Amino acid sequence: MQNGPVIQLEEVHKVYHMGEVEIPALQGVSLSVQPGEMIAIMGASGSGKSTLMNLLGCLDHPTAGRYLLEGRDVASLSSVERAHIRNRKIGFVFQQFNLLARTSALENVELPTLYAALPAEERHQRAQAVLRLVGLEERAHHQPSQLSGGQQQRVAIARALINNPSILLADEPTGNLDSRTSVEIMNLLERLNHERKLLVVLVTHEPNIAAYARRILFMRDGLILHDYPVRDRHQALEAVHQIMTEAAEVEVAEARE
Amino acid sequence: MDLGMVIRIALRALARNKMRSTLTMLGIVIGVSAVIAMVAVGQGAENQVQEQIKSFGTNTVFVSSGSPSRRRGGVRHGFGSVKTLKIADMEAIEREVPLITQCAPGANSSGQVIFRNQNWFTRLMGTTENYFIVRNWPLLAGSLFGDEAVRSAQNVAVLGTTVADILFPDEDPIGQTIRIKEQPFQVIGVLAPKGQTSWGNDQDDRIFMPYTTLQKKISGQDWVNFLSCTAVSREASLAAQTQIEAVLRERHRIGPGAEDDFQVRTQFEFAELAEQTSQVMTMLLGSIASISLLVGGIGIMNIMLVSVTERTREIGVRMAVGATEMDIRRQFLVEAVTLALLGGTLGIMLGAGASGLISGFLGWPVLISTRAVVVAVLFSATIGIFFGYYPAHKAARLDPIEALRYE
Ligand SMILES: Nc1ncnc2c1ncn2[C@@H]1O[C@H](COP(=O)(O)OP(=O)(O)O)[C@@H](O)[C@H]1O
Ligand SMILES: [Mg+2]
Repeated sequence: MQNGPVIQLEEVHKVYHMGEVEIPALQGVSLSVQPGEMIAIMGASGSGKSTLMNLLGCLDHPTAGRYLLEGRDVASLSSVERAHIRNRKIGFVFQQFNLLARTSALENVELPTLYAALPAEERHQRAQAVLRLVGLEERAHHQPSQLSGGQQQRVAIARALINNPSILLADEPTGNLDSRTSVEIMNLLERLNHERKLLVVLVTHEPNIAAYARRILFMRDGLILHDYPVRDRHQALEAVHQIMTEAAEVEVAEARE
Repeated sequence: MDLGMVIRIALRALARNKMRSTLTMLGIVIGVSAVIAMVAVGQGAENQVQEQIKSFGTNTVFVSSGSPSRRRGGVRHGFGSVKTLKIADMEAIEREVPLITQCAPGANSSGQVIFRNQNWFTRLMGTTENYFIVRNWPLLAGSLFGDEAVRSAQNVAVLGTTVADILFPDEDPIGQTIRIKEQPFQVIGVLAPKGQTSWGNDQDDRIFMPYTTLQKKISGQDWVNFLSCTAVSREASLAAQTQIEAVLRERHRIGPGAEDDFQVRTQFEFAELAEQTSQVMTMLLGSIASISLLVGGIGIMNIMLVSVTERTREIGVRMAVGATEMDIRRQFLVEAVTLALLGGTLGIMLGAGASGLISGFLGWPVLISTRAVVVAVLFSATIGIFFGYYPAHKAARLDPIEALRYE
């Protein structure tokens, strides 16, 4: 891998159109991410977190500004090249798991390898391996409806990992899980970040979840308001609390006006 | 991505929703089986007609008495009611028309037949041995009447199997004496079964005897109803027809412009007319069935379109994990084509089964034509591509983010 930032955003804007109305979801986001970081994005609902994640995941393109992924301008890529990046370089984990119904865990996990056109044997081996990694080798032939929320999310993580991406994007991965299961998922992501040097970007509302990260971003109205590097979980929690107190102050102040 | 992978993805997607896949296929199954069965019935009918034409004997030229329009001087004459066709005419044809190898006369009558306490009303036909050659009609048992029996008008009879079965339910008929119109006849032969004509006439419900016997002892007529002649070849039969017409016009002194009192027909014309008729029927049945195939195709499109909406989320997930627009388009297209082809295959099997049933019902063999099968398969593949393209295109054009947000 080349040196320098994996992800570089320069003054990125995103405007959605709803009929006549223009909705500015991102209003000039700049960001530089090094390999192997673990980042938590926080912020109120509607602040643009998901929009930012979709841009990072090459599911969408900016209205203005530049997005360099490993030094390449994503805007210059064809839709096939972007699909290729989503397939190989980036793994996505969603709040709603988004597994295919009536499909075994194994086949769900295999899905990205189908689009990578891997031979059957390798597909199978890899699927077994990532299922083992997330601790679900025994549930390989269960369908999503036969799995708990935490297990479903682990299947989704296994699916995101199967093509050995260097980036894992998780948009509120624990949003639908209870706190005990959330901790399991976060331990898993932390381990992947440590052991595989996997770059993890996750969106969360929970201070305890954000505390797993070593860099905390706070968004407001389509802008990154704070960007704090933290040494450990303790410092992370402090940063989050400071941000949240400040946010509450601002809201109170705004309410007064 | 290679096609094998696309097919695997499509098959998995189809297997995941068996109910929907089955319903989608149903239209095609019904359409294709209708095409196969209808065409099979039509072709069976064509074949049946040809078989029957063959059973009349090959290269036959048929001379019947009465004018072609069956009208003379404003009076309508029924078949055979004109009494001008004589045995001398037959001899003249055999003598003067070299394209004709032999002729057999036919004089019709009917009457009561009795053997002991069995009695039966049946048709009687006076003819010669040649008749059975011309008509390609073998014996089951006994012998035919020879020239000597004809010359001396012997009371000998050859029975069709229906008559034989009725009069002799459990006895050998050969050598027995039966009474036809109160006169004793010796049974000398029984014919092989010939079956029904296409208009339901039992050809085996008849008794044959020398025409001389019939003329002198049964009906008292000196004319015959028809002559059945054999031409040297099928092609020659048309030329023979013209020559026979010339011979008979001269013998019956029919001037130029006057109407014939006889009619000469070749098997050639019969065959062509019958074949044309049954071909038209096949085409008609086939095209009606094709409409149902088309409706089946529209059904596929309908369900595929619904399916695209229903599976919006799935499409979003696929795109998020690396499917290109082309992958999605091809998946949906392959799904549609697979359904159409699978439906086509099931339809062929169902159609073959239905043809078998219809065959049993109609009592004639129906023919499953390779052409109909090939056309049905090509047609269903085309339907799959044609009606699958739009839904596939729609699926591929979905925005991944919109698709993922879809509830
Ligand atoms: N597809 C879309 N069409 C229109 N508006 C959108 C769309 N997606 C997001 N938005 C709007 O953009 C803003 C940012 O949304 P989002 O990035 O989803 O926020 P978050 O994930 O932080 O809650 C919101 O005002 C939202 O309503
Ligand atoms: Mg969001």
